[in-house]
Amino acid sequence: MGDNGSPAGKPGAKRRFRIWRGDENGGDLRDYTVEVNEGEVVLDVIHRLQATDAPDLACRWNCKAGKCGSCSMEINGKPRLSCMTRMSTFTEDETVTVTPLRTFPVIRDLVTDVSFNYEKARETPAFAPPEGVAPGDYRMQQVDVERSQEFRKCIECFLCQNVCHVIRDHEENKPAFSGPRYFIRAAELDMHPLDARTDRREYAQAEQGLGFCNITKCCTEVCPEHIKITDNAIIPMKERVVDRRYDPLVWLGSKIFRRGQEPQSTAGSAGKESVVHSGVRQVGVHSHGGGSGDPSAEVQAQKGVNWHREVPHPTAPAVDASGKLPLTELTFDRAAAPSPFGDDVTFPLPPEHLNFAHPSQDEKH
Amino acid sequence: MTSTAMRPRGTRARAAIAARTLRTDRWWLAPLLTVVGLTAWVAYATVRVFMHKWYWVESYHYLTPFYSPCVTDRCVEGASHFGRFLPGWWIVPDAALTLPFLLLFRLTCYYYRKAYYRSFWLSPPACAVPDGHTTYSGETRFPLLGQNLHRYFFYAAAIISLINTWDAILAFHSPKGFGFGLGNIILLGNVVMLWAYTISCHSCRHIIGGRLKHFSTSPVRYRAWTFVSKLNVRHMQLAWITLGTLALTDFYVMAVAAEWIDDLRFIN
Repeated sequence: MGDNGSPAGKPGAKRRFRIWRGDENGGDLRDYTVEVNEGEVVLDVIHRLQATDAPDLACRWNCKAGKCGSCSMEINGKPRLSCMTRMSTFTEDETVTVTPLRTFPVIRDLVTDVSFNYEKARETPAFAPPEGVAPGDYRMQQVDVERSQEFRKCIECFLCQNVCHVIRDHEENKPAFSGPRYFIRAAELDMHPLDARTDRREYAQAEQGLGFCNITKCCTEVCPEHIKITDNAIIPMKERVVDRRYDPLVWLGSKIFRRGQEPQSTAGSAGKESVVHSGVRQVGVHSHGGGSGDPSAEVQAQKGVNWHREVPHPTAPAVDASGKLPLTELTFDRAAAPSPFGDDVTFPLPPEHLNFAHPSQDEKH
Repeated sequence: MTSTAMRPRGTRARAAIAARTLRTDRWWLAPLLTVVGLTAWVAYATVRVFMHKWYWVESYHYLTPFYSPCVTDRCVEGASHFGRFLPGWWIVPDAALTLPFLLLFRLTCYYYRKAYYRSFWLSPPACAVPDGHTTYSGETRFPLLGQNLHRYFFYAAAIISLINTWDAILAFHSPKGFGFGLGNIILLGNVVMLWAYTISCHSCRHIIGGRLKHFSTSPVRYRAWTFVSKLNVRHMQLAWITLGTLALTDFYVMAVAAEWIDDLRFIN
């Protein structure tokens, strides 16, 4: 509601916007005055701007229902989904400032390059199937899976990754820190009743940079799915790390009673050695995934996942002569949109390059 | 062919936005209130701990939690359940066995960490507001690596809560035998809140059941975990409520002991 008591966004009301326009070479906030109707959200207004004053305004969006996670941007300085930010939350005389996500490199206007998150996703070990249970025979009780299910609500809007000050304010931490989205992935799998890996907590601590988190809870504050990222994933993972690494009673108990030394899956055993003794990783080198060309790493990879194999660098999509993505395929030399994975990647990927080790794969070889 | 598949370049530039933050709300209010609240409480507690008097009401056996249990040789007899074995230098708090652990329990508490990292250390002061430091290593190295010892201080705090409970029970006393006054309600309320804060601790939630992979095989621990989880949601509120009840209890006992006010008695 506005100060004068009239409903915000009444038909035809003109509202002031400031939108960041530019690319990696620089840019600035530009002022726009645009019509806003009752019931509209910020994304509607951006679409109206594209239809009127700023036809070349770049913005990523898809579902307009808060479920695809595409339209993340910063509205009045707060990371939000623009399709879920109602205009009625602003007063009528308020200027709404819209900027791209700050933590990731900008491509143009409100569109950022979020590939950092996909690299971290590739590095996170996948679900490890339990030994002796055929696919299709998995049975789980609801109480066992419900903690993991909370984290499956994630829509990968990367607002938590964007707001986290560990990488937002310190670019240099990016190689060592995976971010809240991948901590909930680690927690989801560590709490999964059928996941066979036993080293996820060591992985979270040594490879994902769990210790960088100082639990200031901004990830939880911005999550549009209201996942309790800090309380239900990060803190439990920190406590699980404490179990293994900082709790002398548990250490003593495991030495005396040989507790917690359950046999590990094939996938877990190969990785565990490397994770606990791993040093500082090279910047920009992916930690596993295959295709490294290093024979010893490949041999080890046959036995399980080696987190230190180098992934072939992904290629960006094809570009036109000006070095930019074509605006329309009419002006481009091939039909349909260019592959986001790059033209030199074909699917399906060779299985030996995948980050997956089936427990029974040794029997086949 | 006019197009080429290009390799991604190294570090690309972020959007060049001049303003450090574009937040328009009063994001500075919460950290400011935290600084004011915690500073005021620590100042009051420090003064009280080194005052070495007005901690015990002989007639009603009220003992302030700041002096429980009293273990230095200047303690009055009723206040010292565990003997008086420490020297009575002024620098030694009379509850020297318990206060350091209570301090460390709260210092390493997951809620207080958020509160003081945001307000005192400005790392970050608020979400999407830049933090005040050029480098950041979080809790990966000494001394902040020590935050991982929280669960030991939780065990200590649970024992200390038992001692505080015992104090509250002993306080049902008057010169005629059994007695019950306003001071008892305050002491009891404080103990209930201390238990709620202690049990709602994230480490407790982990130990009680959070560490299990299969809840279905441990139904009792699952129910306990569910209960602690409900309390855990209120951990922040309980952290502040207990600061309030501790200060209130101590102040009430001090006021009665110094004879500034009389205890309101219901029975005897």
